[in-house]
Amino acid sequence: MTEVFIYDHVRTPRGRGKKDGALHEVPTPRLAARVLEAVRDRNGLDTARVDDIIFGCVDPVYEAGAVIPKAAAFEAGYSFQAPGMQISRFCASGLDAVNLGAAKIAQGADDIVVAGGVESMSRIGMGMSGGAWYMDPSVNFPAYFMPQGVSADLIATKYGFTRDDVDAYAVESQRRAAHAWDSGYFKNSVIPVKDQNGLTILAKDEHMRPGTDMQALASLNPSFQMPGEMGGFDAVAIEAHPDVERINYIHHAGNSSGIVDGAAAVLLGSRAGGETMGVKPRARIRAFANIGSDPALMLTGPVDVTEKLLKRSGLKLSDIDLFELNEAFAAVVLRYMQAFDIEPDRINVNGGAIAMGHPLGATGAMILGTVLDELERRDLNTALVTLCIGAGMGTATIIERV
Amino acid sequence: MTYTNFTVETDADGIALVTWNMPDKSMNVFTVEVMDEIDAIIDQVVGDTGIKGAVFTSGKSSFSGGADLSMIKGMFTMMLEEKEKDPDNAIQKLFDVAGRMTWLWRKLETCGKPWVSAINGTCMGGAFELSLACHGRVASNAKSVKIALPEVKVGIFPGAGGTQRVPRLTNAQDALQMMTTGASLTASRAKAMGLVHQVVEPDQLIPAAKQMIKDGLKPVAPWDEKGFKVPGGGIWTPAAAQLWPAASAILRRETHGNYPGALAIVKCVYEGLQLPFDTALKMEQRYFTQVLQTTEAYSMIRSLFISMQELGKGARRPAGIEKSDLKKIGVVGAGFMGASIAYVSAAAGIAVTLIDRDLEAAAKGKAVSEKLVADSVGKGRMTKEEGEKLLSLITPAADYEGLHDVKLVVEAVFEDRNVKKVVIEAVEAVLPEDAIFASNTSTLPITGLAENSRRPKQFIGVHFFSPVEKMMLTEVILGEKTGDKALAVALDYVAAIRKTPIVVNDTRGFYVNRCVFRYMNEAYDMLAEGVPAAMIENAGKMAGMPVGPLSLTDEIAVDLAQKIMKAYIADLGEGAVKPAHMALMNKMVDEFDRRGRKNAKGFYDYPPKPAKKALWPGVKDLYPQKKAEDFDIKVLQQRLLVTVALEAARTMEEGIVIDPREADVGSILGFGFAPYTGGTLSYIDGMGVKTFVDLCDRLAADYGDHFQPTPLLREMAAKGETFYGRFDPYAKKAAA
Repeated sequence: MTEVFIYDHVRTPRGRGKKDGALHEVPTPRLAARVLEAVRDRNGLDTARVDDIIFGCVDPVYEAGAVIPKAAAFEAGYSFQAPGMQISRFCASGLDAVNLGAAKIAQGADDIVVAGGVESMSRIGMGMSGGAWYMDPSVNFPAYFMPQGVSADLIATKYGFTRDDVDAYAVESQRRAAHAWDSGYFKNSVIPVKDQNGLTILAKDEHMRPGTDMQALASLNPSFQMPGEMGGFDAVAIEAHPDVERINYIHHAGNSSGIVDGAAAVLLGSRAGGETMGVKPRARIRAFANIGSDPALMLTGPVDVTEKLLKRSGLKLSDIDLFELNEAFAAVVLRYMQAFDIEPDRINVNGGAIAMGHPLGATGAMILGTVLDELERRDLNTALVTLCIGAGMGTATIIERV
Repeated sequence: MTYTNFTVETDADGIALVTWNMPDKSMNVFTVEVMDEIDAIIDQVVGDTGIKGAVFTSGKSSFSGGADLSMIKGMFTMMLEEKEKDPDNAIQKLFDVAGRMTWLWRKLETCGKPWVSAINGTCMGGAFELSLACHGRVASNAKSVKIALPEVKVGIFPGAGGTQRVPRLTNAQDALQMMTTGASLTASRAKAMGLVHQVVEPDQLIPAAKQMIKDGLKPVAPWDEKGFKVPGGGIWTPAAAQLWPAASAILRRETHGNYPGALAIVKCVYEGLQLPFDTALKMEQRYFTQVLQTTEAYSMIRSLFISMQELGKGARRPAGIEKSDLKKIGVVGAGFMGASIAYVSAAAGIAVTLIDRDLEAAAKGKAVSEKLVADSVGKGRMTKEEGEKLLSLITPAADYEGLHDVKLVVEAVFEDRNVKKVVIEAVEAVLPEDAIFASNTSTLPITGLAENSRRPKQFIGVHFFSPVEKMMLTEVILGEKTGDKALAVALDYVAAIRKTPIVVNDTRGFYVNRCVFRYMNEAYDMLAEGVPAAMIENAGKMAGMPVGPLSLTDEIAVDLAQKIMKAYIADLGEGAVKPAHMALMNKMVDEFDRRGRKNAKGFYDYPPKPAKKALWPGVKDLYPQKKAEDFDIKVLQQRLLVTVALEAARTMEEGIVIDPREADVGSILGFGFAPYTGGTLSYIDGMGVKTFVDLCDRLAADYGDHFQPTPLLREMAAKGETFYGRFDPYAKKAAA
């Protein structure tokens, strides 16, 4: 099979996903176009040579509908010869776009693929594309559907994490993200979003709350107790995990991922593709995998998919220098660390979505880039990127520097 | 034209009054003949140019109870027969039969002339679905008017357009609530929900219904109008995005996924609201056909509809004994049980002499009724006058003189053989020679108590369940010498107080408690195996039981369970109780003083309200704990049901219970045995005796000899028999 390399990656800063967020004025295709422009311009890419543009987008409706990467390619001025495709695997879409692009290259179908994702959560609200998963009783009943936050609280209950545990994790995420920004770790990859006049709209992640402490978090009420108790979801959780007597509600806005707007793109290619572009590879896609997992716990897929991926790739946990696991909820990361006995200094070392936000379809591509930058900065070799996924799934990718 | 079940009278205004009045029936019900006649009446109304429209009402005090037992039985029989002889087409045939009512109501709705349903009394199931297909609905404001789609309670669902018309008239949430609970609505609530157009005085019912037609009622249902919009905007709205995920979650909370009929309702509403009306009806018909084929529907209809009615009507009453005249009874013992028995008797219009050792104690017993009456009046369930009349029927007394003219005495004194002996002798000294003595006991065998009686033929046991005013079941216990007259009087009394009787031959624990103790004992075994307590409790609830077995122990009281075990050992020897069970009870009570809810400390802690009960953390320390992953929740559920069903099978084998209907109904009404199974024996029949025996063998290998199938079960498995086949409750009647 053809080897697949990462040649570059960029992301936008993440804007607060509300009407007063800085990126709210930027339509979804424009947000996506900005990262397409950046990978083109940074690499002198002849876009007629782009074999595919694969973007994740979780709510691809209204302006985000109708194959958003092709739409964005028009706005970015890409060659008409560059095709586009939108995919969704919920929160891992951005990473699955990379994996799918890698698969096409590995198979020999493509030489150059721009993979990434976009989500303007302030403009297209979460869930706006509907879905049988949560609506249709023929589906949501067997799926043990519940809001993800209830699942996160179920994980915490089942695996014994306390409110202090999750809040402490969140405080550390904020501290790490602030430190990384202050130290300039993100500066090569975050491209400011500018207007048509070249004026900057947003240059830095907007969702962060540096200096957050335990006391500040302690004042927040649990977010998922109400739907859990009133909506019947705690009963669903308990039926799926009958060893649980009652749910310990500990997640809130401060220890869950932030709702934000953002886009990211990763430039993938074969060795031949790199030669065509005239750029040097930065890393190799070593292996990737997907898995379905317990739908009620929903967010423990990273544990299952990591086991699967290590087995398939022949790598050991100790071969992985850095782990990047999307901080959907603090308990997701704590459970992953618990399952594999991972020290805090090997995982999410520059913070994550609790501090900086989680633009659903884009996050997978973003955190892949973040950990690649960090491998380079620390001069380490191997990283594993993974995300938990709605309905109980996991996606993971292992990259190696070259 | 003339009809057997209907009259059709057309007035000067050209309005036909169609009155449903079935001969020889106290209540109108749907039979094939009734549906044929309605079909013909629709044709008549359409074909007669002199008829402008029609009002549909009932000639009985109620409107209709819905489908007839015989029709439902017929549907199942048809299905079984067709599956025998023509399996390929059997389901198509069932589909067609299941849709008969659907399309008949649709025919009425689209016949081109306006129909108004005039709901004069209780209107249930298919009858309300008929009303929903009428273009106008007027209900009387009489208290007797109850409107409901209760099909879910017997394992099916409103399959004649109910799931489609209700959510097109009211919001989806209320529609789901109404149909998944089967709850009754008052006329005014039905109007508030938009399900009826007018609520009027009873004597204005027909005029008001006719007036709707005179006022130009359009013969077109709202959903047949162009541009019809579903209330609330349908499925893809922000509000609906809140409702539907929660609807399934709440259904799971309430049913644990055990009731296919309930889930089908949610599916029908969800899918139907996205379809044109005729297609929606066809979709509903598909689900109805599917649900009719479930074991749950078959078993629930049999136990909760057919058998319950038959037992309530005295299926076990000996023939040839005149119906007893129970205007007055005596109740001896004004403690909690006696006081409650006095209350339910008075509530049925029976005068009660309530006797205790002194007037103060007797009055204290009456005070129980006073409180219950005050509560009912406060909640508007009873008028002040009704309450006063009820209380006037209870006369506290300190001596037995009041018993000289009663036909029945219910004795409910302390559960002690010597105390009972004294009372039996004292009462019989006063009691008329032909009167019946009924002893309320839950633990003492009746045959032994009857030895204290001078007339053991007239001595019988009645086992009430607490709280008496709520529990629907009464066990009637036959001692060795109990005669037919005593049984007849006891059954007449149980019928009078509107409870369902089961007749049980004398045994320790009778039927219900024998079964209940198996449920709790299995949980004690699980605890000892290291199963997390929450998992045991959830297994019970997920299996369909109303409360977990440890919670039930707390409710009954841990020290009472201890006492009962000790009594078993004292009377029957060491082998009568598993040593581990006795040790657990002793530890809980003697070492930790955990006596159950009564001292707020049992397997659960009971903190003051509003805090909720929570499992006592110390439960974890009773035995070495294992991980949840070490146990299969499905197996835990099976163990809890199988051990109970096996005990029920033993009672049949021993001749304690002789009629499978009684075992089934008794298990559901007595302790809420997983109603979706249809009861203990239907649970066995439902999976097949052979499958059950195999399951028992596997469980016996893993969890102990108490799961060993009995010889009878093995024999039945070998012969391919069922309980309802081998102990056919209708065989005797058919033979006679």
